[in-house]
Amino acid sequence: MKISFLKIISISLVAFAIIVFFLALNVDKRYSTEKIVGKSVDNFEILFLNNDEMFKKQDLTNDKYHLINIWASWCLPCKKEHPILMNLKKENNLKIVGINFKDKKLNANNFLRELGNPYDFSLSDKDGTKSILFGVYGVPESILIDNNHKIISKFIGPLNFKDYEDILQLLNEK
Amino acid sequence: MKNKLIIIFFYLFFLELSAAEINNLESKIFKNLRCIVCQGQSIAESNSDFAQTIKIVVRDKINQGDNEKEIYEFLAEKYGEWIIYKPKFNYINSLLWFSPYIVLVFGGLLIFKYLKRRKQ
Repeated sequence: MKISFLKIISISLVAFAIIVFFLALNVDKRYSTEKIVGKSVDNFEILFLNNDEMFKKQDLTNDKYHLINIWASWCLPCKKEHPILMNLKKENNLKIVGINFKDKKLNANNFLRELGNPYDFSLSDKDGTKSILFGVYGVPESILIDNNHKIISKFIGPLNFKDYEDILQLLNEK
Repeated sequence: MKNKLIIIFFYLFFLELSAAEINNLESKIFKNLRCIVCQGQSIAESNSDFAQTIKIVVRDKINQGDNEKEIYEFLAEKYGEWIIYKPKFNYINSLLWFSPYIVLVFGGLLIFKYLKRRKQ
């Protein structure tokens, strides 16, 4: 049976289209944190919430893990995760760094006064640009950093009990 | 006096020219960045909080002297390549870049063969 050139081209084109569609359908188009986990934290300088000093990357001590929590007083899910942060505060080998995101200082302090302050360091990111360094796109988000300043996990949305257990497990692996 | 005026004129002219250039670069970058919290909008089109923040970051980076490629690389490192509309050329997406040309060539051959056969 003689297969014509026309048929070969037609079949090749159809096969090509199917392959392209198949590959395109399997591409993950959602926001992904894969890129940031495993990397070292960029150098940063973020203003403290209640004074004019800067908190720098060098201020992350080498003997502890750090949980960077991005939060705001206007964010309802932040209230939901607050008890988890208060529990994490009890962990000896963890320091919690709170970055107050696009918020008013007065409201932020009222929030912490009412619900308790889980943060070892309270910082302020008034225009949200500092949070971009941590790949943040909304609040709340949390980033767990090991004692070598490497990002080991990222939590998008409010921390829940499972996240709490995961964090404890990661801390105990130390 | 006349010379001073000419110098001032040229100074203002070049200042305006460089401002226009920065604005063009800014809007080019905004248009090529995807607002990842929006539905099918670029950073240029979106008024979301995320888009506003990215705009500030891009402006800061331009003012710091970063070029377009460096800005894309910085944001892709934080949010993945999905944030950039125009994908970078690499072996994974080479099919995407070459497919229009492959289809064009094969399509042309197909039409040529068909027309030749019809003539016969």
